[in-house]
Amino acid sequence: MKVVVDLSRCQGYAQCAFLAPDAFRMHGEEALMYNPNPDDVQREQVLRAAAACPLQAILVDQLEGRDAPVEATPS
Amino acid sequence: MSSADTLEAFKRDGRIVIVGASLAGLRTAEALRDKGFTGSLTMIGDELGEPYDRPPLSKQVLTGWVPADGTVLPRRRDIDAEWLLGVPADGLDLATNHVHLADGREVPFDRMLISTGVRARPWFVEAEAALDGVFVVRTREDAEGLQQAMAAGPSRVLIIGAGFTGSEIASICRERDIAVTVAELAPAPLVGGLGAMIGEVAADIQRAHGVDLRCGVKVTQLEGDAQGHFRRAHFDDGSTVDADVAVVALGGIRNTEWLRDSGLAVGIWGVACDAGCRAFDLNGLVTDDIFVAGDVARCPNPIYEYRFISLEHWANAVEQAEIAAHNMLSAQADRWPHLSIPTFWSIQFGINIKSVGVPTFADEVVVTQGSVPDHRFVAAYGYQGRVTAAVSFNNAKWLDHYRQLIETAAPFPPPCPTPDTPADAKPVPVDFPGPTLLAQGATVVVTGHDPGERRVTAMRQHR
Repeated sequence: MKVVVDLSRCQGYAQCAFLAPDAFRMHGEEALMYNPNPDDVQREQVLRAAAACPLQAILVDQLEGRDAPVEATPS
Repeated sequence: MSSADTLEAFKRDGRIVIVGASLAGLRTAEALRDKGFTGSLTMIGDELGEPYDRPPLSKQVLTGWVPADGTVLPRRRDIDAEWLLGVPADGLDLATNHVHLADGREVPFDRMLISTGVRARPWFVEAEAALDGVFVVRTREDAEGLQQAMAAGPSRVLIIGAGFTGSEIASICRERDIAVTVAELAPAPLVGGLGAMIGEVAADIQRAHGVDLRCGVKVTQLEGDAQGHFRRAHFDDGSTVDADVAVVALGGIRNTEWLRDSGLAVGIWGVACDAGCRAFDLNGLVTDDIFVAGDVARCPNPIYEYRFISLEHWANAVEQAEIAAHNMLSAQADRWPHLSIPTFWSIQFGINIKSVGVPTFADEVVVTQGSVPDHRFVAAYGYQGRVTAAVSFNNAKWLDHYRQLIETAAPFPPPCPTPDTPADAKPVPVDFPGPTLLAQGATVVVTGHDPGERRVTAMRQHR
């Protein structure tokens, strides 16, 4: 699954790192490092982390779970 | 037909072309569809593959945690676009509204967005840049190559340039227990972005983490062995460093060359546009159908004396995409200005560095809260007695407070909002290296006498 965190919004509350520790890790006291492409088995955890973020800074792909867009094939 | 009818027809059946299929381009496309654009949408990009995120390339990818192809951007919605990828645009014809591609194709449009961004500034000697083991970091291929070189266990990595990217890569080297030398022309790391005081803090942090930091020096030559592999760097003070990997982190070059003959106001500083992301032409007149967003845009900011500012910031690309999309689909009276205060972050040596505002737009800086020795503090920047920016080291929760101070032109120095007032909170000069942009020479000439005849022509530099 695809994930991006708006780190200009992130304030290091670390809720995501508690809820989905395989995808979100704290680097030092308040910097967040995350996996932008976590394994699908982490999907539930990642969605819970995204929902719990106090800044709503975590975006999860909205197209997933449906057919992948064919539009991105290079011509 | 009224202009409202024309706009509705455009939203229904118009043709929009987006040149530059990265963060700003993708977010603009998504916003256009969100706002009800049902016409044809074409995405042009010089890189193959779906749009991907770049900030992780100098962090999670280089630690080896995330593969370089694992940063594809999530989609907020389907954009139903035609993608023309792997071929750069090499021209724009404003008389006929066509984008020219390098393979000869021509793509017609009614409105278009320029979001071609920035590329890494290469090492200035081509043959030395081509040595094995010499890298820049901008694309995922760059990051993949550097990650593999780091995984191979180099004796030492040399980083040329201690801006944000160079400092982040130095941090990763230390995390991976790789010996690293950082060479910086300025007196300290991060000085160009954050000034001398923060630069000193950054220098202390790098040295405390075991970085061999050499400031005030210039790398003059990258030397290879008989197999064409980088082995040694020469400095202008006569010293040398032996290393297997060199990372050239000397900033970016805005991708505007393809617009050179377009008649738009372009140059090394980017594409000039109004606060609504509409491009200016060479004469300084605003255009109706050409929009700009992201790293390549240079936009006036009313908060900063209406100066034209270009920002290589993630959040700026996202915000301008929203503004550009809205304005592409709006009548003049309904257009939005891009009035947000710039924000930026960098993660290095276990520290979250964030900024709000424009730190280079300042004459003084003061630590307003926290403790510099603990690397947990906020510094406020001021210009002529008002707050213009703030930088936090591991204190990001306070930046919103400073954003409000900037927006309200609050007096500088601002009071400490917490009980942890620093002992010696005295403003000091901000001390940035000189304004290099003033030394670029003429870019245009003006011809004609009558107001109806006077026009600007781009000058070709013979250098």
